[in-house]
Amino acid sequence: MAKAKSSKRQASKTSKTAKSTQSTSTQQAATIAPEPTPVDPASLTYEAVIGLEIHCQLSTQTKIFSSSSTQFGAPPNTNIDPVCLGLPGTLPVLNEKVLEYAVKAGLALNCQIAPYSKFDRKQYFYPDLPKNYQISQYDLPIAQHGYLEIELVDENGTARRKKIGITRLHMEEDAGKLVHAGSDRLSGSTYSLVDLNRAGVPLVEIVSEPDLRTGQEAAEYAQELRRILRYLGVCDGNMQEGSLRCDVNISVRPVGSNTFGTKVEIKNMNSFSAIQRAIDYEIERQVAAVKAGEAIVQETRLWDEATQQTRTMRVKEGSSDYRYFPEPDLGPIEVSAEQLAAWRADLPELPAQKRHRYETEWGLPPQDARVLTDERGVAEYFEATVAAGAPPKLAANWIMGDITAYLKEQKLAIEALPLKPTELAELIQLIEAATISSKMAKDLLPELLTQGGSPKALVEKKGLSQISDVATLEAMIDEVLAAHPNELEQYRAGKTKLQGFFVGQMMKKTCGRADPKLTNQLLAKKLNASS
Amino acid sequence: MATKVITAEDVRKVAHLARLAVDESEIEALTQQLDSILDYVNQLSELDVTDIPPTTRAIEVSNVTRPDVLEPWPNREDLLAIAPDREDDFFRVPKIM
Repeated sequence: MAKAKSSKRQASKTSKTAKSTQSTSTQQAATIAPEPTPVDPASLTYEAVIGLEIHCQLSTQTKIFSSSSTQFGAPPNTNIDPVCLGLPGTLPVLNEKVLEYAVKAGLALNCQIAPYSKFDRKQYFYPDLPKNYQISQYDLPIAQHGYLEIELVDENGTARRKKIGITRLHMEEDAGKLVHAGSDRLSGSTYSLVDLNRAGVPLVEIVSEPDLRTGQEAAEYAQELRRILRYLGVCDGNMQEGSLRCDVNISVRPVGSNTFGTKVEIKNMNSFSAIQRAIDYEIERQVAAVKAGEAIVQETRLWDEATQQTRTMRVKEGSSDYRYFPEPDLGPIEVSAEQLAAWRADLPELPAQKRHRYETEWGLPPQDARVLTDERGVAEYFEATVAAGAPPKLAANWIMGDITAYLKEQKLAIEALPLKPTELAELIQLIEAATISSKMAKDLLPELLTQGGSPKALVEKKGLSQISDVATLEAMIDEVLAAHPNELEQYRAGKTKLQGFFVGQMMKKTCGRADPKLTNQLLAKKLNASS
Repeated sequence: MATKVITAEDVRKVAHLARLAVDESEIEALTQQLDSILDYVNQLSELDVTDIPPTTRAIEVSNVTRPDVLEPWPNREDLLAIAPDREDDFFRVPKIM
């Protein structure tokens, strides 16, 4: 099975990884103006070509090749062992969960899973890498040729869908962390300190095809990827803690051109909005440069959150030579058809499938579908509420409104909410049956959110059920009218605005329990009856 | 095979990539030695391997994995102590650039 693929290694050994071969070879022609008939570059319209490389930390207990903890935030060099330090005589052994999570991620991203895969050594020298090589995957990554679907909703609520290709997904180990003494930066420090807690933490690197065209598309792609991994439970996606790190490759070219411009890499974006802003800034910078006839330099740039600009970090001098070779300490990986089927059967319904279903089966607007499916827990809560009999749109409104606000305020996950989906459904049904008004439901909500329990029982306990019996309401209206002869006279003399006053009196009399719609109808009838 | 596979420039590049300090006076000898090693290995290309699947490793064992069970290394201090230099909880390394 590995026959054809292994020979390919030789052909592309100078490029960083197999996936960058295709882009580097096509991105050399930086000249924008075609030679024979020079066109003024300023007169052209440009588009950006963007690809993302995302590193995701897998949510395992232990490291990829040793049994130390992966816990974030431990004191320096707490989670270390001879294997992750690369001490002589030690042997790495693959964590079975890493393989499972990588394959599940590959399946969820519609990839082909390699029936035969292996690890390789990527050689470079840097103190955060104790072995002087990183164990990664080169020519036989665990997953390839996939895609994910992004959905962009415009101001009018219209959804546009786009498939973004996934070139490859491979497993690798993370490096350690450096602290540069005497300075925040590398330059200026007299020595550096190394914390190897992160060395050997399992990662998957997911490389997209250059299918993205705008900062918004790129940010949405990254968010969708995060959503999928969180649905699978294979990565927590925490960008602040570095569980999800995003590098962007970006070039610009005249619209209609099918070659690539010179590629620039951007790093250091700590949020999805930073990804979007960094890309939009970089597109503007590159288009301005090529329009002015300047060449784009192939380099790595850093996003600076303070100035909202990208700046040069290092200029790339030719492609790096990592001298990949097969990792002799680790055997190959063969995922059997049975194992693959078992892992596939474990996959949950994914956000894109849920969005489609909410929109087509339940008629929810795309924006609602998007909000409800952002977190798997919220989507499942919503679905359970609908399953318990609540109309989807009403359930959606409660969850996206009051419940989300409460969870945010209390910093709670929806799984920990005392009000259970069946109870929310019951509350909605009480409103639907006009047993209580929406206003009363809102008044009951704080207690339900903090304590849970049956809304029906709570309504009964508090004697809050809505008064919607015609005879009872009519009798009360008669009393109210009798108690306010002056207002009644004024109303009948033409001051019809006073109906509101009478409604207010009814609400006061019933402590808000009078069915507002029915009260208005009955009141109007009585007020307009001949005097 | 008489033709040279390795040039002096290749030797300088490989030495640099491996961070080996090679004296210019050694280059000629190293070039010849590396070339003869490659020449020796190159005998394999005399064989017709058209229908033989490539061997990625010598031992036919696959899927060697371990369960995801935490077993912290008991002697952290030993690991820090064997480093050439340290500062408190950190390994200390010379100025990088």
